[in-house]
Amino acid sequence: MLRFLGLRLARALLTMVLVVTFAFVVLRLSGDPALLIMSADAPPEAIAAFRQAWGLNDPIWQQYIRYFAAIFRGDLGQSMRDGRPAIELVAERIPATLALTLPALAMKLGIGIPAGIHAALHRNSFADRAVMLLAVAGFTVPSFVLGLLLVLVFAVQLGWLPSGGQESWRHAVLPVLTLGIGGAAVLARFTRSAMLEVLGQPYMRTALAKGVPWARAVRRHALPNAAIPTVTIVGFMVGSLLAGAVVVESVFSWPGVGRLLVVAVANRDLAVVQCILLLVAATMVSANLAVDLLYGVLDPRLRSAPREATA
Amino acid sequence: MSVNDEPLLHAQDLVRRYAVRRGMFGRPAEVRAVDGVSLTLRRGQTLGLVGESGCGKSTTGRMVLGLEMPDSGGVAFRNERMPPPGTPEWRRLRARMAMVYQDPLGALDRRLDIGVQVAEPLEIHGIGTRADRPARVEALLRSVGLRPDQARSFPHELSGGQRQRAVLARALATAPDLLVCDEPISALDVSIQAQVMNLLSEVQARTGVAMLFISHDLRAVRQMSHRVAVMYLGRVVEEGEPDDVLRAPAHPYAQALVSAIPHPGRRGGRIVLKGDPPNPAARPTGCAFHPRCAVAAAVCARDVPALKPRAADRRLVACHVAQGEAAPGAGLPRHALEAA
Repeated sequence: MLRFLGLRLARALLTMVLVVTFAFVVLRLSGDPALLIMSADAPPEAIAAFRQAWGLNDPIWQQYIRYFAAIFRGDLGQSMRDGRPAIELVAERIPATLALTLPALAMKLGIGIPAGIHAALHRNSFADRAVMLLAVAGFTVPSFVLGLLLVLVFAVQLGWLPSGGQESWRHAVLPVLTLGIGGAAVLARFTRSAMLEVLGQPYMRTALAKGVPWARAVRRHALPNAAIPTVTIVGFMVGSLLAGAVVVESVFSWPGVGRLLVVAVANRDLAVVQCILLLVAATMVSANLAVDLLYGVLDPRLRSAPREATA
Repeated sequence: MSVNDEPLLHAQDLVRRYAVRRGMFGRPAEVRAVDGVSLTLRRGQTLGLVGESGCGKSTTGRMVLGLEMPDSGGVAFRNERMPPPGTPEWRRLRARMAMVYQDPLGALDRRLDIGVQVAEPLEIHGIGTRADRPARVEALLRSVGLRPDQARSFPHELSGGQRQRAVLARALATAPDLLVCDEPISALDVSIQAQVMNLLSEVQARTGVAMLFISHDLRAVRQMSHRVAVMYLGRVVEEGEPDDVLRAPAHPYAQALVSAIPHPGRRGGRIVLKGDPPNPAARPTGCAFHPRCAVAAAVCARDVPALKPRAADRRLVACHVAQGEAAPGAGLPRHALEAA
């Protein structure tokens, strides 16, 4: 178990290093931040001074090392736009994003998992077909289309809810629905297929043949075994709590991390983009780590891998 | 007739049909997976059921256990009709019969340790008290040749043979009267197959459990069984003592099956069946085997042969030729069938 944990931790760290490097390389190579920020007709002296100030004249590898060293000191740089620390800019947006993604996650879990289980237990019934039809519709429609559709119906036609902004909880309803519907659909399909797989296993047939009542067989054998693959997809959803709303925040002009990312990328505000990437990667990596640990709890085969028998 | 001579279980004319559809808009066709099978199981005895894949062996096994209802015909267990699945009487009956499947790893829940899984039948049927369960589990594990400390092992930590022993311990937990073994050794290494077969025989000698041993391995069936039934396309085509049926088969299909057993030092002499493997959805008229039969006569394409004792030796066989009712033909070429 300790070896398992150590390996996972090392891999998580390596992932983080790669993300930082990737962000650095892509953003530095895709355009001159001085020109983008200062605009091309700025006086050459001003541009030179900007480059000097941000260290953009140094060889790229020196900039890379400096950046890495700064991160280890906990310094994620300043926004090139207004000079405030990047981490501060990002941090003040996090609550707004979580205000959308946490209720959406609750909706995904609360609807997706029960719907998937019900569909699997009543395979080929009307409920199963209805759930699956909705699920296919829910996850094939891209979130910007779904978002605009919801705006069209509930904001424009019915006038029940506002179409954008962040003044009250009512402004959050449509973006949360947009996020939640897609995720619930994915989760329902996933849960259903995981359950069907388990329900077809010989140990389920054996349990029923031994006289185990259906409800008990489902509770004791089917659900815990189906949870193992489902945990993966839920972990992914938890990991995307910060980054999963980029499109939806843009559609509903919701001032969260996602909108900040879009603006920062457009402005080549390197420090802010890197800060967001790092944060998003960190959440994703920790969620994956949590999933790996949960696997160890759910699946005894992972707890005692070295004792694996071969025959 | 003493009480012990009474059959434990008698299945009469079991028929099981499935509706299948070819493609999304195909017309539904009817497949007779099992088409009039009768079997008798006696205490302490093993009936071997052999035949190729898809001939209805496993479906027969499930109907014998009452896991699946026959469309017609019926099963009587200890002289009482099998109650419909899901009823309280049916659930109580589950403790009296058990099943062992082909894949022991799949038959065990990988998340639970062996002890918990062996104890589960005891719990659901309320056998013993919570306090004496560990002792019962220990005794069960010992009785199948596992160590008591292996109760704490998970299925993946055991070898294939040990897993099948664990499955058997779970099956025996309620001291059942009937054990249906569906290909219990096919997924095991050859060296372990022998161990598991010996264990099954041992258990039978000790407990007097009746067994239905379903297999396509004729040598295993010969070693295990007191009687053998050969199935082809949902019907029993021959039934008798293992030594008779498997040494001197009467039915042409049984002859072909038996000749396929490899023998050291033997060359040639195998009967190689021609024609397509049987498709239950397009069942030939008359004797289902006649398109592949080397000795089929004209009557074979027309009349279904009944399973009845042969005059010479009382062997049960369903074949016009073996019964002497028709002279051996030279087999029927397919075009002759279509003309008829």
